[in-house]
Amino acid sequence: MTSAPHRRGWLKGVAASATGLWLAACDKLNDNPKVQETLQSAEGLTRRAHRSLIDRKALAREFSLADISKDFRANGSISPGDDDYRALLGGQFADYKLVIDGLVEHPLQLSLADLATQPSRTQITRHDCVEGWSSIARWKGARLGPLLDRAGLKREARYLVFHCFDSLEQTLDGTGQYYESIDLVDAYHPQTILAYQMNDAILPVGHGAPLRLRVERQLGYKQAKYISRIEAVSDFKSFGRGKGGYWEDRGYEWYAGI
Amino acid sequence: MSDVKRPAKVLTYRHTVVVRLSHWINVLAISLLLMSGLQIFNAHPALYWGQKATFAQPWLSMTAQQRGDDTIGVTKIGSLTLETTGLFGYSGKVGAQEPRGFPAWATIPSYRALVDGRHWHFFFAWMFVLNGLVYLGFNLLNGHIKRDMLPAKDQLTPQHLWHEIIDHARLKFPKGEEARRYNALQKLVYLAMIFVVLPMMIMTGLTMSPAVDASQPWLVSLFGGRQSARTLHFICASLVVGFILVHVALVIVVGFFNSMRSMITGKYAIEVEGDAQ
Repeated sequence: MTSAPHRRGWLKGVAASATGLWLAACDKLNDNPKVQETLQSAEGLTRRAHRSLIDRKALAREFSLADISKDFRANGSISPGDDDYRALLGGQFADYKLVIDGLVEHPLQLSLADLATQPSRTQITRHDCVEGWSSIARWKGARLGPLLDRAGLKREARYLVFHCFDSLEQTLDGTGQYYESIDLVDAYHPQTILAYQMNDAILPVGHGAPLRLRVERQLGYKQAKYISRIEAVSDFKSFGRGKGGYWEDRGYEWYAGI
Repeated sequence: MSDVKRPAKVLTYRHTVVVRLSHWINVLAISLLLMSGLQIFNAHPALYWGQKATFAQPWLSMTAQQRGDDTIGVTKIGSLTLETTGLFGYSGKVGAQEPRGFPAWATIPSYRALVDGRHWHFFFAWMFVLNGLVYLGFNLLNGHIKRDMLPAKDQLTPQHLWHEIIDHARLKFPKGEEARRYNALQKLVYLAMIFVVLPMMIMTGLTMSPAVDASQPWLVSLFGGRQSARTLHFICASLVVGFILVHVALVIVVGFFNSMRSMITGKYAIEVEGDAQ
């Protein structure tokens, strides 16, 4: 009868070492740059498949007032501690000016009062976090397309880079600063707005006050919060670590449609 | 039964090279899809029904909770609360336990990394879909599905099905000529996997894509919302795991060597004549 626990101990040992080896092998593969490069080649395939099969002008579904989430989760930065942001927040964003510049004919500086007079859109849409959850809210904001027309995009402009006030990570080289980028097809989509209202109230700090991007049909990390400046560029390689956004620089897909 | 006749073994050609190749590609792709899927699940180890998350009331959740000085893993399914320390909610090596949905051995990579989980998942999702298309295209055209997978009339009578259920329960499997074809339960389960569960995996997966949802709103409506689609994706994946467990167990019980040989070389041995009733 003494052999049973013995055998069990032996079996457990084998199972534990087999599991250990398996995990080590998987992790080693995961940490291999060549493996990562191969895995990430699927992003191009996904993006091209979406671009060729999906109507990019399709509207994201809009919901009814009854569908609005009462528990919309604020994620990422929820209260930026950056000095310039704190100063603006202290003055209730009276001194806030959204800058639109870069490859444009007429750089713009718009206060919140200016933005409120621009062509706007109100939409009740679903926000899909890359973590897997969704929340629904009613957003009101200035449509990005007409603003870009006012600024007059130059021919070389291909992307918009959204500079944000919040540093999500403290780094010495500034790569912890949040930023995002989208292409012009998404920029001119009718549901792409610079939201200053959420659920009929002033956009709360947790959700990106004073201004956040809503680029529906992509995941939450594309919906840049705390926007300070929109820069029209031909290429986003020179920003952050060159991948087009804070999370993109950390491996997430630039095309966040899935 | 005085002179015992040894049953003669005949090697039959069971699996075409396309079936064998697509089978092993599937083994690789599905294993990695399941493990990377659990990595992604771990980023938010809770499930909901409908369009949106109801954070306070998931129908399933795995969390770490304090109980006195201890941290325990708690799994909630509906109104059922289970303590699952070491498995779901809170697990890891002694001294390095952490709150996480599924344990390290079930995810790729073993440590928490949603970003890597997504890379593995979408790469092998493509492999799985392309492999499935080749399998389906080939086997629909050459008649394998119709000929070998659709149950024959005689297999669908209630008596026959009942008989098979009893036989399976006794771990007694067809011998001789009857072993040339798949049994009815096997056929029905394979068909359900190929034409219901696996397509559901792909469709519910696509429904979690906000871009796909905008262009194919019928998908969201079909599953009753993005969070429902996520839940169904998880349930179908659980069915796939259940299928694999039963499938592998039966391979071992029916004859490990013979089954493996048939899926590697295509040759499957059956015993003809001489098998005593």
